[in-house]
Formats: sequence, C-alpha cells, structure tokens
Amino acid sequence: MRGIDLAALSKTQKLRLEKALEELESLSSKVNSDASVTIADSIAVNHEDAILKGHGTADLNGEVVATLCGIVERVNKLIYVRGLRSRYKPEVGDIVIGRVVEVVQKRWKVEINYSQDAILMLSSMNMPDGVQRRRTAMDELNMRSIFEEKDVVCAEVRGFQHDGLHLQARSQKYGKLKGGQLLTVPPYLVKRQKQHFHHLEEYGFDLILGCNGFIWVGEHIEAKDDMVEDQVNQSEPQVLLPNKNATNLEEQEKNYTELETRKYICRAANAVRVLSTLGFNITLEIIKGIIELSLSLNLDIHEMLSSEFCVVVAEKEAERRKSNKRRR
Amino acid sequence: MEYVSPEGLRLDGRRPMEMRQIRAEIGAVSKADGSAVFEMGNTKVIAAVYGPRQVQNKSQQMNDQALVRCEYSMANFSTGDRMRKPKGDRRSTEISLVIRQTMEACILTHLMPHSQIDIFVQVLQADGGTRSACINAATLALADAGIPMRDLVTSCSAGYLNSTPLLDLNYVEDSAGGADVTLGILPKLDKVTLLQMDSKLPIDILENVMQLAIEGCKAVANYIREILLENTKQLEYRRGV
Repeated sequence: MRGIDLAALSKTQKLRLEKALEELESLSSKVNSDASVTIADSIAVNHEDAILKGHGTADLNGEVVATLCGIVERVNKLIYVRGLRSRYKPEVGDIVIGRVVEVVQKRWKVEINYSQDAILMLSSMNMPDGVQRRRTAMDELNMRSIFEEKDVVCAEVRGFQHDGLHLQARSQKYGKLKGGQLLTVPPYLVKRQKQHFHHLEEYGFDLILGCNGFIWVGEHIEAKDDMVEDQVNQSEPQVLLPNKNATNLEEQEKNYTELETRKYICRAANAVRVLSTLGFNITLEIIKGIIELSLSLNLDIHEMLSSEFCVVVAEKEAERRKSNKRRR
Repeated sequence: MEYVSPEGLRLDGRRPMEMRQIRAEIGAVSKADGSAVFEMGNTKVIAAVYGPRQVQNKSQQMNDQALVRCEYSMANFSTGDRMRKPKGDRRSTEISLVIRQTMEACILTHLMPHSQIDIFVQVLQADGGTRSACINAATLALADAGIPMRDLVTSCSAGYLNSTPLLDLNYVEDSAGGADVTLGILPKLDKVTLLQMDSKLPIDILENVMQLAIEGCKAVANYIREILLENTKQLEYRRGV
C-alpha cells in the first residue's frame, strides 16, 4: 500500500487500518465511483452532443481516450481528466511556497514543484523597507540581502509571460520564511481555499498551505501594516545593505523561538507528515484535529510518526467524515 | 539440452505459452514523482520517475517538447555471481537507450516544453527478461507521476527452443543460445514500439513467436491497467472531498 509501511504494523493494527480505509471508501461519493480512468481508457461520451475535450484527453479514431490516470470530470460540454498525483499546475492568484535556486539579473529563480522554475522579478517584490520606488542598480547588486539561494519564500502566482511563470510578492505577508519547517506533500492534497495563511493563536505558530504542496509551519510573525511603514520610512529612503555579518549574538537572541512554540511547530509538522503518508486532504481543521488528538493521547512528538498513531488518525478521519455526511 | 520435456513442461515447470507470475506495486520510492516495482517471476525491477522538471543542462533544453532521459543499472547483488560492473558499460548504455526511445514514443512530450523527465530503472534481481520488466516498471512509474501518455507501453519476451515457441524466457532459457525476441507494444493502438531479437529465426516461425509475445504483452497490459485503476481509486477516496 502506498505510503504506509505495512510490514511495520502489527496484525491488529493492519486490520484496524483496513477497516478504516474501507469505511472511507464506502463514504466517498457514489456518483463518481465509475469515473476513474487509466491511460488509454476510452471515456463514454454522447456523440450527438457537441463536446469539448479538455486536459488529459486525446482523440483516437473518433473516440475520446484518457492520457492520464485520474477522475473524469464533466462541466457542461467540457470533458477532462483530473489527474491526481502529478506536479503542481499553477493558476493565477495561487499562494505558493518555493525555494530560491538561483539569483540572476533582476530576478530570482524559485523552485515550486512545477515543470519549470518560477521567476520572481525584483520589481514585483515589495522592498523590505516598504518604500515604493524604482529599483536602482544598487538594489540589483544587493538582491542577495533580500533572498539568497536556498531561502524559502512565499509568493503569489502572477501569470505566464513569454519567459515562463512569474511570481509576485507585493505584500508584507509574502517574503522570506524563517524559524520553522518546510514540508512537501503531493499538491493534490491541498485544496484552493479563501485563506491559505493561518495563525494558530492557541499554539503560537503560523501555518501556510501553499497550493503547490509546500507547507510551511513556523513561528508567528506579526504582519506589519504597509501604510504605516511607508510613512515612517518616506523621509529616509535607505539603500539596502547586505547584512551578511549580522548574525551576531544579538541577532540570535532576537531569532530565539520559545521551546513551547517549537514543540508545537514540530507537532503540526508531524501532523502534516501523517496526513500525507495516509493521503488525506490537508486543511487547517484536520491539522488542528490531529494536534489535539496527539495532545489528548499524551503522545510525544516523535510518537506521532509511529504506525499506531497513523492507524488512530485513519480511524478518526473515517469518523469525522461519517459525522460530516450525517450532518448534511 | 532439453528445454521442453516430452510432457510439454519447461525447466521451471511452466507450459510453453505460460507466463511467469507478475506482480506490481506503485509508490515504492517516496521522494520520486512516480515510482513502481515490477516483478516477473524472479526478475525484479524498481523504477523511479522525476519530473517534468527544470532542465539541468541548459543546452539540452527544447522549446517545443520535453527532454526524456533514462538510466538503467543493475544492482551488484542482482545476479548469481556478485560482480562489480563499471557504471555505463555497453550493455546498460544500450538498454538505457532502448527504454528511453520506447518511453519517448508514448509520452506526449509536446505538452511539457522546456522541461525534462528522468527515468531511473534498476534491476534488483535478474532472471531473464530484464529489458521487458524495466519497460513495464517505467510505464507504471510514468503513469504514477501523472505524465500524459498516448498509451501504456508493455513489453514481454518470447523465444524459440527445441522447436517450440516459448513465452517469457527465464535466465536459463535466455542463455541457451536460441532466438530471444523482446517486444514492446502499445496495446490500445495496436502498434509495436520495440522489437529486438538476438540470433536468427525463419520468417514464418518469427511470426508465431511474435504473436505469442503480443499475447504476453496484452496480458501484462491488462494487469498493469488493473493496478493503475485500483491505485487511482484509492488515492481519490482516501483524499475525500
């Protein structure tokens, strides 16, 4: 079975897991049960209606066949196959997390689990000091003081230009991420939602669910108000200086995260890991639920990755979906 | 040597037209975009697919299609006598090329310009028919990685020994010196993408042997299809809505 090491499970655990998964299967919508296709399966269509062939389909001697493994979706005339496990497919406005792989002329190349590296232009960035102005040659030289290679950044998908996929980070909530953990999960587990930035006040950490399957759990950072920042700095537009040697003791003190918060960060990270091995949808509520579950069971952080907890989570999820269904 | 007994049984107890037990498992390598293990009897192969991803070597980038790369290797422990083979010997370079060409023929590369797809296959246990097993494993891994393909490619070998066509040769039969036909087909399109043979066969017998190999490929295709469908269903219901 994908993701789960069955050999590590005891016999009873295996049975319980199977039961939970069976329950999940029976709960999944019956309407779509015959809609899964594999490569080269023909898709039944009514040829009298006009149809539009979408992604994941091809024409073979007048027949519509799938070119992906996935679920057939029909929207009016459009027929397409929604692939499950694949790399991220960007859409304009998505919030993504990525890793800087290269700093080049006026732009950063960012790895976002897409088929190409995304481009983050210096001009589509808010300067850290919050001032709106033309980017000078000096700024260009000091690009590494904003992001360096291997930095984790958060940005929004701006769209396709001739040279590739462009990102933008025009708000204080975007930018460099530090003091936390980056987790990579298959992108199909993260659904597009109204909110991707979450602040869990009771635990004191931030959670960012990137649409590209990169998830950030880190120390809470108070979002600064751009407007106020603007007025303060307007009088003294400062030129950025590389702060390479700024990692002195004082800096370290400032970056210190409380032990309690760090523990919660690890707990949340492990919750995401469990969900991703089980292949369950990842949302704020579910992550919160798992953290609470682990706390109520009095589990240590490392015990959250044990097979036993994995089985418990599967059972809880089955229960949760069942009760959700009943409510509807 | 007698490869088919008078009762019509082969050395490992199979009938001439019988295949070995096949088994496949998707998702063997957790960090890869797609991966699979494929077993044909005692032959066991693992495949991992990475990509489509940014092209590593800028000069190889193509603006209208994806670059497909393939690397075949044999684990040191895969054969009976443990041999330390140099990486990139002639045999593995040839098989890498064969697998690459077969897979490239069915991947819709024009949908993923400016990117590259890496396929890594490694033989864990070798008992004849590694080429076929590698192609089958690579197909599964590509399908798992969600890479659009025209059709599944499946492969199977067949041979001719003791004036009997034999399906799916194992190592002993393979090294007997008879003809060994490795065939790869696109089962839905009914097209041949790979045909290799060592030694010679009369043309009318080749037809029989090829027919047998086609049957074998179709049986593999049915099995692979089942596995993929089961995997897709599982992913979907586990995710929930």
